[in-house]
Amino acid sequence: MKKILLSSIILIIGIVFIGRLSYLQIFSFSADQVLEDPAIKAIYDYPERGYIYDRNGKLLVGNDPAYDVMVIPREVKSLDTLEFCNLIGLEKDNFIKKLKRARIYSPRLPSVLVPQLSKEDYAKLQEKMRHFEGFYIQKRSLRYYDTKSAANVLGYISEVNERDLAQNPYYVQGELKGRTGVEKTYEDVLRGKKGVQYIQKDRFNRDIGPYKDGTLDTPPEQGKEISITIDKDLQEYGELLMHGKRGGIVAIEPATGEILSMISGPTYDPSLLVGRKRSKNYTKLYNDSIANPTWDRALLAEPSPGSPFKTLNALIALQEGVITPDTKITCHHGFYVGKTKRGCHCGGGVRNLNSGIYKSCNAYFAGTFRKIFDKFDTTDEAMDVWEKHMRSFGLGGYLGSDLHTGRPGRIPSKEYYDKWYGDNRWSSSYIISNSIGQGEVAVTPIQLANMTAAIANRGHFFTPHILKKVNGEDITIPEFTEMKQTTIERKYFEPVIQGMADVYHKGTARWVQIPDIEIAGKTGTVENYTIIDGVKTQLTDHSIFVAFAPVNNPKIAIAVYIENGYYGSRYAGHIASLMIEKYIKGEITRKDLEKRMLEKTLDHEYAKPYSGEEFKINEYVW
Amino acid sequence: MFGKSIVKRIDWFSILIYVALVLIGWLNIYSSTFTENDASIFNLTTLHGKQLFFFGASIIAIIIIMGLEANFYERFSSLMYVIAIVLLLGLFVFGKTIAGATSWYNLGFFNLQPSEFAKVATALALAKYLSDIQTDIKRRKDQFYALGIILLPAILIIPQPDPGSALVFFALIFVIFREGLPLYYLTISLLTILVFIATLMFGTIWIVIFLGLLIVLFFLLKKKSFKVPVFPLLGIITVTILFSLSVNFVFNNVFEQRHRDRFSLWLRLEKDPKKLEQIRKTIGYNTYQSEKAIESGGFFGKGFLEGTRTKGDFVPEQHTDYIFSTVGEEWGFMGTATVILLFTSLFLRLVYLAERQKNPFSRMYGYGVISILLIHYFINIGMVIGVLPTIGIPLPFFSYGGSGLLFFTILLFIFLKLDSNRLKEGI
Repeated sequence: MKKILLSSIILIIGIVFIGRLSYLQIFSFSADQVLEDPAIKAIYDYPERGYIYDRNGKLLVGNDPAYDVMVIPREVKSLDTLEFCNLIGLEKDNFIKKLKRARIYSPRLPSVLVPQLSKEDYAKLQEKMRHFEGFYIQKRSLRYYDTKSAANVLGYISEVNERDLAQNPYYVQGELKGRTGVEKTYEDVLRGKKGVQYIQKDRFNRDIGPYKDGTLDTPPEQGKEISITIDKDLQEYGELLMHGKRGGIVAIEPATGEILSMISGPTYDPSLLVGRKRSKNYTKLYNDSIANPTWDRALLAEPSPGSPFKTLNALIALQEGVITPDTKITCHHGFYVGKTKRGCHCGGGVRNLNSGIYKSCNAYFAGTFRKIFDKFDTTDEAMDVWEKHMRSFGLGGYLGSDLHTGRPGRIPSKEYYDKWYGDNRWSSSYIISNSIGQGEVAVTPIQLANMTAAIANRGHFFTPHILKKVNGEDITIPEFTEMKQTTIERKYFEPVIQGMADVYHKGTARWVQIPDIEIAGKTGTVENYTIIDGVKTQLTDHSIFVAFAPVNNPKIAIAVYIENGYYGSRYAGHIASLMIEKYIKGEITRKDLEKRMLEKTLDHEYAKPYSGEEFKINEYVW
Repeated sequence: MFGKSIVKRIDWFSILIYVALVLIGWLNIYSSTFTENDASIFNLTTLHGKQLFFFGASIIAIIIIMGLEANFYERFSSLMYVIAIVLLLGLFVFGKTIAGATSWYNLGFFNLQPSEFAKVATALALAKYLSDIQTDIKRRKDQFYALGIILLPAILIIPQPDPGSALVFFALIFVIFREGLPLYYLTISLLTILVFIATLMFGTIWIVIFLGLLIVLFFLLKKKSFKVPVFPLLGIITVTILFSLSVNFVFNNVFEQRHRDRFSLWLRLEKDPKKLEQIRKTIGYNTYQSEKAIESGGFFGKGFLEGTRTKGDFVPEQHTDYIFSTVGEEWGFMGTATVILLFTSLFLRLVYLAERQKNPFSRMYGYGVISILLIHYFINIGMVIGVLPTIGIPLPFFSYGGSGLLFFTILLFIFLKLDSNRLKEGI
């Protein structure tokens, strides 16, 4: 025993040590991340964020220099708090709170104490900065907008928050990140890549030279400049027209799927969301829950499409062979569903496809819709076919565009109605409203515009997109450059397009004909309801219009949706016609029409539900 | 004087490990004190340069040790012990204070730490006393004297204050165990430490409950014929409970806050993880940093001169007491395991050498050498890797420090000289 005692102790100690060391170095080993290693400090070099141009090379977004006051909490020595607070324009309490928060984030890493100083404040502060240990000024660039428009398209950038930091290790506190619009979708392209330089520090946090002789350092990668498909002039003009109106306009170039303009009303000046005032302004915009300026109606509103939807039902009926352009249906100032009569404003009489479209006859399309369903043995089969055709136009689902947000809209399926009415307990009569674009169907303005582009192209479309060029090179992203085919054959489009052209010649939009431009369009007037004090109340109809021009070589397809604008040709039709003229001719010949659109507002309509008084809808006040 | 004979007879295996340890140690000192603008090796103004100089001095010491008669050490051990005690006493008058401890004599070109010399002298004196024919370790009186030899220098060193060095002398008790001190001394000491730790970790209540369970178990398992010694049993239980209660009292009233903190850190007495982390980063800063540095080395290490935490000087005292963390960071588990293996082999080899001595003095001195080296190694590495509380003593052959290296060398080589001479003893 006494002879082996010491040897045993030696061995036990050895085993304990090896065990502990393998625990430390093998099991709980995590290689020093360069950023977490307290001995290494990273110094970042931020590249300038890429500029954004419009489709014609006009500048939309550039950069302005700005200065952030940064703090590294553990390097902060005692300082004249009062003097410092005066210099940087902070309350003392606020300053202490911010310093504390910075320390919680990290005592070693820099945090932003005061973001985005003005040039004047910077000049004042710069010469005194060296008196305050632990603080320094970091130059950064802020967005500069060369337009007051397109806030919903361009989006804004703001400082990363804790969630971003947790999600993406690229970001460090105080960096900026695109939040909406193009800034969000093309964040990686625009941002570039920050350069980094690693410095070896000692425990007193003094620099003692580059880490690993700078072999890990990276130079900054410049952010790329991009051109977007928006036409700056058209966008700005559209926003002027939308003055005092709520709704969305989307214009697409049918041949490419490029979004020429995308307007949401009401909107705001993008410069509001830049710099120190961003947060305050954003809260103000966001809290306006009635006008809702931050809600992009061009992408997110999902109204029933109304009459423009009739064109698709006509195409499906033609494709399925249940009508020909000459098939006649009589309108008795309405049509019957069971014993109830639904009205029609077309004036009554015998309608064929052409007059059905240009007079927007409800009875004609109700009959057509029935014919589609009568072709098949079961409503289920018919519903599947109808749904398939509708979806091929990009309806009832996300478009897959490069916009930061969107909604799928709704094309009802048989499952939808089975759930609603019960298995097989419904027929075409139950869902007849879909024939005229009311009922269960819902589309976003961009879907409406895309559908119009598909008609303009006689049967195909390109996924709408916003990116045109990166660093001057045209994009080659297959999702956007490959043609999407609809399920309708090309030959069936001509009679429908003829009907849409006749809308301008002799139909519901004959007042908004543009001299020298052949347009095809379709009005839409959509009933809508709201809840006021718990009572379902009908409001003035939404005004919807879709159009493309010129008919034989379409350059623009447009969808206009104006909330409570009454019938289709009143607001939406006028605006669509002015937009088309502006885009194709570059100038407006009908100055009085333009003047009326620029001046008229719908504020009185929007005030009605909140007035607390009885109100009339669909008034002919003009 | 020494020709082929000693070269043949000396234990080259031990020397090889010794050289390996010193060289590895020196490389790590070089790395932890290295600066870009001062990379030359032979520069006496740098720490690694000084260490190299002392390695040279150690070689000279080795040659002298080998040259002296083997029985010189046995004959002069008492004198050396007296000199050591005098030197330790002298510190109270002439001592030089470095880092708060009055442990050095200023000899101009270097500072002599007499406690290092006292380790050698005490090991020799203890061996001399125990190997005396008149000494019988079974006798209380002789046990008392033997303990006295160990305790005297320790008592003189504690007020310097240098509790770490004082602790080293207690390790010499292993020599006495080897020579026949009953093992129940060791058992009682271990049990005492166990009760001490258990009280701090779980509290007196749990100790009582545990004892109760033990007694129940004892009665269940005992043979019927076995007669229970009731009073001794009650006595043990009473003493244990009283001791446990006194631990609480001593811990809370006699210990200073820094001691309490070290214990609460070591035994993880603080249960709130946030507070524990706080303690680790403040009071436990050294250990926290050294553990982190070792952890960050991983299996293969970051490479020689590539340790960022070493370079940044994050681990305090890295070239002296915390030198092992440099090994951990730069050489990884491969390096640390190698060092542990080298030390373990050296110790086992020395035990083997000690056991083959015919002369009891040589054997006892050998045990003394092992005990002293072992406790340094155990406490130092244990502290650096966070299994023991912080007690500042150097790692033999490794840590920076001239008089340390010199005396560890002398300590070891006196034994190797004795060993090389073992066959002559019989003649």
